[in-house]
Amino acid sequence: MKFGVVVFPGSNCDHDAFYAVEHALGEAAAFLWHQSADLAGCDVVILPGGFAYGDYLRTGAIAHFAPIMSAVKEFAAGGGVVFGICNGFQILLEAGLLPGAMLRNRGLRFICRPVHIRVENTDTPFTSACQPGQVLEVPIAHAEGNYYADAETLESLERNSQVVFRYSTPEGEATDAANPNGSLHNIAGIINREGNVLGMMPHPERASDPLLGSSDGLFIFRSLVRAVAAGQNIPKVATAARG
Amino acid sequence: MPEITAQLVEEHNLTAEEYERILRILGREPSIAELGIFSVMWSEHCSYKSSRPHLKRFPTSGAAVVQGPGENAGIVDIGHGWVCAFKIESHNHPSFVEPLQGAATGVGGILRDIFTMGARPIAVMDSLRFGPVTERADFPGINAALNRRILRGVVSGIAFYGNCFGVPTVGGEVVFEPCYQNNPLVNVFALGIARKNEIFYARASGPDNPVIYVGAKTGKDGIHGASLLASAEFSGADGQQKRPNVQVGDPFLEKLLLEACLEAMHTGAILGIQDMGAAGLTCSTCEMGDRGGVGIEIELNRVPQRETGMTPYEIMLSESQERMLLVAQRGREQEVMEVFRKWGLDAVEIGAVIEAPVLRVKQHGAVVAEIPNRALTEEAPVYDRPRALPRRLAPLEPPLSWGPRTGAELAEDLRKLLGTPTLASKRWIFEQYDSMVRTNTVIGPGGDAALLRIKETGQGLAMSLDGNGRHCFLDPRRGARLAVAESARNVSVTGAQPLAATNCLNFGNPEKPMVMWQFREVVEGIAEACEALSIPITGGNVSFYNETEGQAIYPTPVLGVVGLLESVERHCTAPFQNEGRSILLLGNARTPGHEFRITFGSSQYAQTVLGALWGLPPEIDLDLEQRVQACCRRLIAEALVESAHDISDGGLAVALAECCMGKSVGAAVDLPSGSDPLALLFSEDPSRILVSVPGNLLADAKRIAGEYNVTAETIGTTGGKSLRVTKGGKTLFDIPLSSLRLPYEAGLELAVEKAGVGCEVSGART
Repeated sequence: MKFGVVVFPGSNCDHDAFYAVEHALGEAAAFLWHQSADLAGCDVVILPGGFAYGDYLRTGAIAHFAPIMSAVKEFAAGGGVVFGICNGFQILLEAGLLPGAMLRNRGLRFICRPVHIRVENTDTPFTSACQPGQVLEVPIAHAEGNYYADAETLESLERNSQVVFRYSTPEGEATDAANPNGSLHNIAGIINREGNVLGMMPHPERASDPLLGSSDGLFIFRSLVRAVAAGQNIPKVATAARG
Repeated sequence: MPEITAQLVEEHNLTAEEYERILRILGREPSIAELGIFSVMWSEHCSYKSSRPHLKRFPTSGAAVVQGPGENAGIVDIGHGWVCAFKIESHNHPSFVEPLQGAATGVGGILRDIFTMGARPIAVMDSLRFGPVTERADFPGINAALNRRILRGVVSGIAFYGNCFGVPTVGGEVVFEPCYQNNPLVNVFALGIARKNEIFYARASGPDNPVIYVGAKTGKDGIHGASLLASAEFSGADGQQKRPNVQVGDPFLEKLLLEACLEAMHTGAILGIQDMGAAGLTCSTCEMGDRGGVGIEIELNRVPQRETGMTPYEIMLSESQERMLLVAQRGREQEVMEVFRKWGLDAVEIGAVIEAPVLRVKQHGAVVAEIPNRALTEEAPVYDRPRALPRRLAPLEPPLSWGPRTGAELAEDLRKLLGTPTLASKRWIFEQYDSMVRTNTVIGPGGDAALLRIKETGQGLAMSLDGNGRHCFLDPRRGARLAVAESARNVSVTGAQPLAATNCLNFGNPEKPMVMWQFREVVEGIAEACEALSIPITGGNVSFYNETEGQAIYPTPVLGVVGLLESVERHCTAPFQNEGRSILLLGNARTPGHEFRITFGSSQYAQTVLGALWGLPPEIDLDLEQRVQACCRRLIAEALVESAHDISDGGLAVALAECCMGKSVGAAVDLPSGSDPLALLFSEDPSRILVSVPGNLLADAKRIAGEYNVTAETIGTTGGKSLRVTKGGKTLFDIPLSSLRLPYEAGLELAVEKAGVGCEVSGART
């Protein structure tokens, strides 16, 4: 199977995602240039962290106009697995592939540190290798990760188990003190209704090697491998993106 | 064209003698553009005219050194076909005038110095010095609000630039002293890696080869940043008036420039490349020509410009950021251009290499400046400025007396030290930096040194950054030796072998004999220590004129040391890892009592608890230092120790507290009966490292210490949830770790966020 990592000019976690897939996971990875509309036959598309086009306007605001995003949208519409990490999550929100929006962190500062997230839904291609309620230690690094959505959207996200990760204490309690950025409902990651597009602020690719402090991110990557191998949610890219 | 008057010459910071020299070189009056070019290239910042003769004293060669001083960055060989490039730069003056952009462009500038050599930057560290962020009763002139504003701005600037560019900021130092109130120091240390056969140099070659300008357009920002800002003292309202001299940074553009440059280098069509930093287009053209023994001719009409109507003077002196100049092979320029086009960047052929070793500048085809390269580079003025031993500025003997302290008082002293902003956790600062991007950060901010894994080779590269202005103020030579030793020791406690160093020398006005004396002493001290520890200097930066209204900063050399660990897995960190381990003190060189009275005046304890400064920094035995470090590295390599931490500011007590807090593993330490606990706990004698050792390995560890002739005294045991210190078995204090953590974690944050409240926790005198 093959993971595609989209490269916007200001992506800076593209190499990290690529490395995690190739070295920690042992799967094939390919870079996908933002000006191309070819997903190169990838089974999973990762939108990595960074500052896609500088993000001087609003995070992800310009990126969703990139040619590659048309292909990603088509791919997602056909059931393809799309994984947005940090800036990738912000882009998915701007592109309308996920509901809600990001506000600046409540402390108004960039925050980089390991946090704990509780897995709320293990019935997704991104979390099938996790235990229900499992707490993962994964770092965050963002200035705009304060998830916001209107009450109705939030209610619907909760009702449909679309909240996949919630900031929590190491023991798994979703307290306000464990919420680093002010996200509503301690939301760290959500999935779309169809269950094939997920965005999360924490960086699982940074938690893919015990040498760097945690390898909990591999639960997520391994889930994806399992899902693709089981033929879950995988239309052929050729038909979805080019057809 | 304006007439060149004496006043105009003076406004360009050129002396009458220097102007005479310009007339002799040109054989005629300079044009205004030429005057501007001379003024920036002959500025202290670009020419090193006051420091150059002294810098020759540094040892610069070593087995691993591929490139010493003189290029954009130093380069050392790390084996397996790879090299690392690293350098430090100051951006002090701009950071005072406009903290956010000043610091941001400081980061941008040093990153370009790294990738212009063909190396991808993998880490940055910052050495920051500010005035106190809490009011101090003993210093009535403290403007804590101003200092907090500068701190916030500088930290935001570093975060703004580094986070977007995608380089992890992995540590550094942050120090607060009154002398930095009007002259904050922002020194940025960057490191990158490259394949050994893909190093690029800033040399032009081959007449007729195209000279290509890439990156941002040239605007009117930063004109005279190097000459008027960095090469003169501040006075009065300068803080505001000089804002237009500060450049403005665009980290996204820099990221594009990085990727495009590395990709373009890969085509093989680039012969030489240099970034446009201080003195912009001027510096890059004459320096590249000079290094290659050729000349460069450019046509200003072709230079991409942000606005119309810019004069040759403005274009040549602009310090707009994110620009590079490169020389490509004639006939292959399209390959290069294509790469830059792909990344959406301007790439324009603005001229060509010429035989004559001159910088020739044309506008609309007419020559507007023509100056021999050498006159601007090697043959720029050099001054052996007068030096004079200053009278002692601080008393040698203690100005106050202190009696024996009770256990409870010692405990309170320790908490006070842990809460003082200079020693407290810097979490509030470093969490604003992305310290993990590129997934190589094995040891990040908060450790003695940072440790980066090299994915390509499995090795680890350690980086540390240290200086101590207070020490150098009391005795520049001793202080400089201590700074080198401490920076190297910080590398050694990770297990890495120090390879080479870079330095940033921050001083006052070099035209003052006292400052020049301090400078010379510091250079000697650094040279002595580097020779003794076999650490060559591969480059660095000198920042003079850190002076406002005649008040100079402490002489502040900052040392960046890079070390190599062959296998990154086999590294060590500071926190105690497990309970029930023996705590060994390596290299316990106790200062005799009478000398202690003198050296204690340079300690953090004297400053924070006693509120006084006197005496001398401790003398260092460089031979012992070398053995202690070698011993520690060996113990780590043989996996005999589980933790290793350097003892520095705040002495043994603070070092123990830090080891305990890391992983919440307490300790019980016993001091010999009859000893002076104050001296043992808080003196800052150098050449000491705390390690923890499992019981079954203790004999082996001590045997190895013996091989290095290093004392390795067992001073206690790890365990519990408190730091307990006894003397001859009788308890002095027993502080719960939570009670240590409170001031340590909150000291800086409270001081910055909530002025006033911070005074209590930080332990500032009331």
